[in-house]
Amino acid sequence: MSGPDLAIVGAGPAGLSAAIAARRHGLDVVVIEREGEAGGIPRHCAHPPFGLREFGRVMTGPAYARRLAAAAREAGAEIRTGTTVVAIEPGPRLVLASDAGAGELAPRRVLLATGVRETTRAARLIGGSKPAGVMNTGTLQGLVHLEGRRPFLRPLIVGTELVAFSAILTCRHAGIVPRAMVEAGEAVTARWPAALLPRLLGIPIWRGTALVAIEGERQVNAAVLQGADGRRRRVATDGIVLTGGFRPEATLVRTSHLALDKATGGPEIDQFGRTSDPAIFAAGNVLRPVETAGWCFREGRRMAGFVAASLADALPDPEPSLRLVAADGYAWVLPQRIVGGEGSREGALQLRVTRPLAGRPVVATEPAVRGAPFASRPERRLSFPLAALPAAATGTATIAVEPDEALR
Amino acid sequence: MPENALPSRRDAPDGRYDVAVIGAGVVGCAIARRFTLDGARVVVLEKAAEVLDGASKANSAILHTGFDAPVGTLEAAAIRAGHAEYLEIRERLGLPLIACGALVVAWTEAEAARLPALVATAHANEVADVVPLSAAEARALEPELGPGVAGAFRVPGEALIDPWSAPHAYLAQALLNGADLRLDAEVRGGRHDGDWRLDTTQGPVRAGLVVNAAGLFGDHVEERLLGASRFAIRPRKGQFLVYDKTAAALASHILLPVPTEITKGIVVCRTAWGNLLVGPTAEEQEDRTTAALDGATLAGLRARAEAILPALKDHEITAIYAGLRPATEEKGYRVRAVPERSYIAVGGIRSTGLSAALGLAQHVRRLWDRPAAPIAAPLWPTLPNLAETATRDWQRPGNGGIVCHCERVTRREIEAALAGPLPARTFAGLKRRTRVTMGRCQGFYCGAALAGLTAGRLAVPMLAEPGDAPDREADDA
Ligand SMILES: Cc1cc2nc3c(=O)[nH]c(=O)nc-3n(C[C@H](O)[C@H](O)[C@H](O)COP(=O)(O)OP(=O)(O)OC[C@H]3O[C@@H](n4cnc5c(N)ncnc54)[C@H](O)[C@@H]3O)c2cc1C
Ligand SMILES: Cc1cc2nc3c(=O)[nH]c(=O)nc-3n(C[C@H](O)[C@H](O)[C@H](O)COP(=O)(O)OP(=O)(O)OC[C@H]3O[C@@H](n4cnc5c(N)ncnc54)[C@H](O)[C@@H]3O)c2cc1C
Repeated sequence: MSGPDLAIVGAGPAGLSAAIAARRHGLDVVVIEREGEAGGIPRHCAHPPFGLREFGRVMTGPAYARRLAAAAREAGAEIRTGTTVVAIEPGPRLVLASDAGAGELAPRRVLLATGVRETTRAARLIGGSKPAGVMNTGTLQGLVHLEGRRPFLRPLIVGTELVAFSAILTCRHAGIVPRAMVEAGEAVTARWPAALLPRLLGIPIWRGTALVAIEGERQVNAAVLQGADGRRRRVATDGIVLTGGFRPEATLVRTSHLALDKATGGPEIDQFGRTSDPAIFAAGNVLRPVETAGWCFREGRRMAGFVAASLADALPDPEPSLRLVAADGYAWVLPQRIVGGEGSREGALQLRVTRPLAGRPVVATEPAVRGAPFASRPERRLSFPLAALPAAATGTATIAVEPDEALR
Repeated sequence: MPENALPSRRDAPDGRYDVAVIGAGVVGCAIARRFTLDGARVVVLEKAAEVLDGASKANSAILHTGFDAPVGTLEAAAIRAGHAEYLEIRERLGLPLIACGALVVAWTEAEAARLPALVATAHANEVADVVPLSAAEARALEPELGPGVAGAFRVPGEALIDPWSAPHAYLAQALLNGADLRLDAEVRGGRHDGDWRLDTTQGPVRAGLVVNAAGLFGDHVEERLLGASRFAIRPRKGQFLVYDKTAAALASHILLPVPTEITKGIVVCRTAWGNLLVGPTAEEQEDRTTAALDGATLAGLRARAEAILPALKDHEITAIYAGLRPATEEKGYRVRAVPERSYIAVGGIRSTGLSAALGLAQHVRRLWDRPAAPIAAPLWPTLPNLAETATRDWQRPGNGGIVCHCERVTRREIEAALAGPLPARTFAGLKRRTRVTMGRCQGFYCGAALAGLTAGRLAVPMLAEPGDAPDREADDA
């Protein structure tokens, strides 16, 4: 028995939009989702704005998730919920786990769309005791919106990426009033107008402040904070929400034959979404930390087109390629490999900077290529047109920021 | 009493037990099993809401051979006997064994100079199969070792186990064969008038013999029962890092440093669940209940880990934890029988109790003068397998689906842990029985689902019901 044309791992915005698009290309599609419901992270982001580009109106996350899942089913994709992909092997072959026990699937192509999660307390090496009431935004959203629970009343919100403001909205919904937002850096990471929200709600933002320890036996009762001057103070609070610090949920990549990019934390891909195994593709936030649902939706749709092209043998060979490595100032670059000639230079590189920076991108090919000047901060979108890369370049080249003081 | 508290299945008819074991740590659990199998009516009195809530909640999970134990001591003998009995009973109880062996690695010439003496100690401790290795041979066995290896030896018998399934199994077997467990039952005092009349927070308990296995509070309990204690607990904290399962391939042996007088030092080893563990530190403290983590110390551990295995730089830390060793003012175990008071103290079981527990139980049984009337055909519980080395529940049909994705814990496993002879009563207890939320996402994906699944089913709920909002007046500068 042969498997489907395409198995998609993960039914978030990227996986579901890829499923819809792949059906339109006439492919036979199975989406495998480990949760009981399809929809991915938006299932518990119970606030707008989702869906503006996809469905032409502003929706909450859960409504958007339901709409996407329904559209994928209507398009004829099979969605298997409650089923986990536990391993990916060459073939490709997927090892599955579900109520039925272990199973397997041998599709012609695989698309990985397993998303991102936030950095845990453990990975942040935050000291102190281990009481209840310490969690990431995702867990808080699940508790509030899926389980109707209120795990604390006056938590600290750690971090100021966009998702921290989503945490504040979740708190507001549950009648939770955060004591403060705590930001280790000197500036708020997210852009205005999100950053206006705390002021509107009367929540102070403590900049240059790090959370170093958590206290409490059963429930959190205090947090130890350290200022930029090294001074510590203890603040009464009953919860800690650790926001952001996104990292791809790329366990399947780490435990497989696929190449992992340490910079993004996700699989290495070429501009057609192909991983180091040309039968396995990837899309959505598993590729990098982090993009919006709308971006992931469009990325899934594009990659589905490339999967169809691959099945029709219409993609350029995966080698030779130009391998790009983020350096000096860039945190990561995506895709990491550029293949094919002139005709395959559509689209752009995605980039992020490591720190607030001004300058211009320089790709160290022969000859070197420079891009337009910019000023940016971590977590903000940057791009570089593929068409600007020399068509014949192969080998490895760094892409770095050439600093430009005049732009600051 | 909370609904899911353990029903007392065999209350002593006259309200009197032969033996009262104070403390449901690994040592108390093993002692309760031994006495029960030898025909005694046993009650285990535990002050916490859940078993394994003291020293036994956090350790390195190594089943030691005792190769480096002080020669000729009870500790050395108990580790040897305990290790042997674990190997004998583990399959019937469904307990794992990762028989990986250990490498003792010297990182300086000074440490290398001490290796021959350690090998001699091992031989004196009847661990005859240790194999001295050159630095090159050690590196051939463990190619990921960082620079600076100056010498090593291999101890084939050192192994890894599940630090919780073992004591759970010992206690479950005691309970299945008629012992009683009282939780939330702190022993506050007692009178001895031929029999012991113990005063507990769950009412009075009458028993012939009292075994004090109260771990970090052993001296307090002795004081409460005898008026004064012959030993003083000096808690010694150990902090750990756990790396993701992808790091487990970096080490096949347990990598031990050359020990010092105070500590066995920073160990790098796999876990039965397929992670990689680094730790523990050895830090004296007064506090007997809280093993606080310290970010700077953990960062130091990470640096040490990356020196031992440089490839760890690219791996994710998935968990951090700390435990407290019930050390005392002296180095050895503090085991003492007071026959005229029908009292046995099993104190100061500081850093080898997981390995020695079954051996200690044999020893304590011998200290009691009552003849054995062993149960003819004892019942054997089988614990669910959580180790990566055998078939897991998710691989079998009807498992209800995976709930905790990182550790692949199924709904059926969670349901089983909430029932049975020794049901989980706290969320920590559920974690120890199933590993839920102990993986790389630390509950990001399954935390909400678990709150729903366990609602109303734990004596101490997973989420505290927030009472009053904390007051900023409580801040201090
Ligand atoms: C807490 C949080 C809040 C966020 N809030 C917003 C927001 O407000 N607005 C916004 O635009 N973006 C937000 N994001 C970003 C979010 O990642 C994107 O919106 C979007 O969900 C990404 O889509 P995706 O398809 O790549 O991944 P996801 O939506 O994460 O979907 C991945 C799916 O894969 C499944 N999966 C993973 N591994 C396996 C496996 N092995 N087997 C089977 N199934 C698997 C997961 O269960 C999940 O359903 C947030 C992210 C987080 C973590
Ligand atoms: C960091 C660290 C690493 C270790 N690594 C290893 C290892 O790799 N291998 C190994 O073999 N050993 C190891 N150990 C040692 C092992 O964990 C201990 O020796 C063992 O857990 C001690 O168990 P216990 O039963 O004596 O004490 P505990 O586990 O503390 O049990 C005592 C119990 O008594 C209860 N109690 C206290 N007072 C009262 C009262 N008044 N009434 C009723 N109940 C009471 C407590 O609540 C507790 O549950 C390690 C220990 C630590 C801390």
